[in-house]
Amino acid sequence: MADANPKPLWLLAEVTYRCPLHCAFCYNPTDYVRHTKNELGTEEWISALRQARAMGALQLGISGGEPLLRDDIEELVAEARKLGYYSNLITSGVGLTEKRIAEFKRGGLDHIQLSMHDITKEINNFITDTNTFELKKKVAAMIKGHDYPMVLNVVIHRYNIEHVAEILEMAEAIGADYVELANTQYYGWALINRAQLMPTREQLEKAEEATNRFRAKVGNRMKIYFVVPDYYAERPKACMNGWGSVFMIVTADGTVLPCHSARTLPGLEFPNVRGQPLEWIWNESPAFNKYRGDGWMKEPCRSCPEKTKDFGGCRCQAFLLTGEAENADPVCTLSPHRQVVDRAIEEAKTPAVRAQPIVFRNDGNSRKLAEGARDLVPPSIHGLP
Amino acid sequence: MTSPTPVSRADVFGLSKLLRLQWEEAQGCYVLLYPEGMVKLNGSAGEILRRVDGKQSVDGILGDLRQAFPDAPDMEADVIAMLEAARERGWIERKDG
Ligand code: SF4
Ligand code: SF4
Repeated sequence: MADANPKPLWLLAEVTYRCPLHCAFCYNPTDYVRHTKNELGTEEWISALRQARAMGALQLGISGGEPLLRDDIEELVAEARKLGYYSNLITSGVGLTEKRIAEFKRGGLDHIQLSMHDITKEINNFITDTNTFELKKKVAAMIKGHDYPMVLNVVIHRYNIEHVAEILEMAEAIGADYVELANTQYYGWALINRAQLMPTREQLEKAEEATNRFRAKVGNRMKIYFVVPDYYAERPKACMNGWGSVFMIVTADGTVLPCHSARTLPGLEFPNVRGQPLEWIWNESPAFNKYRGDGWMKEPCRSCPEKTKDFGGCRCQAFLLTGEAENADPVCTLSPHRQVVDRAIEEAKTPAVRAQPIVFRNDGNSRKLAEGARDLVPPSIHGLP
Repeated sequence: MTSPTPVSRADVFGLSKLLRLQWEEAQGCYVLLYPEGMVKLNGSAGEILRRVDGKQSVDGILGDLRQAFPDAPDMEADVIAMLEAARERGWIERKDG
């Protein structure tokens, strides 16, 4: 467990928060418009990649927003390969062309993870609020054509969960090697839209059965990950494998975070690669040390034998749902706050709550949220990532 | 797919195209990198897998290992068991017929 000398093995580069899609389940910060102007330049990214690699980083995810909105991804990929990263481009597919993919291949990009949404055009276009269904199929063929491992990521929610079997068939038909069925995690935009996105327990169980049937059929040919929605679990996820333990996220404007939604936590100041060396940020900065190890824990986590397994869950979820980051993640049935999760599950069944309009991720909504508009936010939520 | 036939000395294996094997100076070991993660290999697994090149047969790998580690006790059974485990996980694939 708590490594005395943790290394940031996984580096996520969220190179831009700009995105042509408007997904209802996006976990990007709801006030992302604040971070779209001051993006790091190519040289600054290369310096961050070098520093992190020297600290032991190995896996590199290039994500966003839509990373392909930047025109220097080719350069970053080639540099990453030279440095010895195993690199992954995480994309909606918008902006991927024959020319760019050939350049990525030449530069040594290891794989491309494409997001898909559904087997139907209607749901794809509805949930992303864009007309991108046909494009995604073309991009999938392009990825295959360049002999890349085909890694599909499908975020699962109430609107597509009953199509899991068909989604897996589609994945098989286009030659996927890995499929991640990622149940929505309720952060950012997904948290605002939680009542509309959350499936019922029955839907979830059926989806898991369908997944297992498919696994038995395809065997090793296609690896399928089913990421369970933590609200329906009894114990929290081991978020980020522990704070400041293996993950480090460098965001578009250079702010460095231990997890995606850490900005939401009160009383923390996150360092920036423009101001400090990554080495200091990872090892010494107060933000990265705040929830390292278990010294910060309160009961019931402090004396819990399972704390070495789940590290008390997710600090952001604890704050967002209970108002205090040091509390146990309320997903845990040992948490005195578990009722907030049960209530959310109930709400998701209530037609009146479900009928609220979805707040799509777009600049207009982000501006309103950045200005503090609370009318878009369900009242039970303490903060917004 | 898990093939029921045991690994034999004439088989030729290559690494799966989903993987990259790399020496990590910082950790003093070989690592296997793949889309969803990474595995640190212990000394002998690293020495075996780095010889899996899509050309050399299992027999060739054994000969090579004997040359590199002349004092090691007979390793045929261990090497075959390791390759079978690697094939089971989809790390390596048969390259000959
Ligand atoms: S989840 Fe959708 S909106 Fe959010 S960054 Fe990804 S593609 Fe863009
Ligand atoms: S009480 Fe805390 S440490 Fe124990 S299982 Fe629940 S979240 Fe994990």
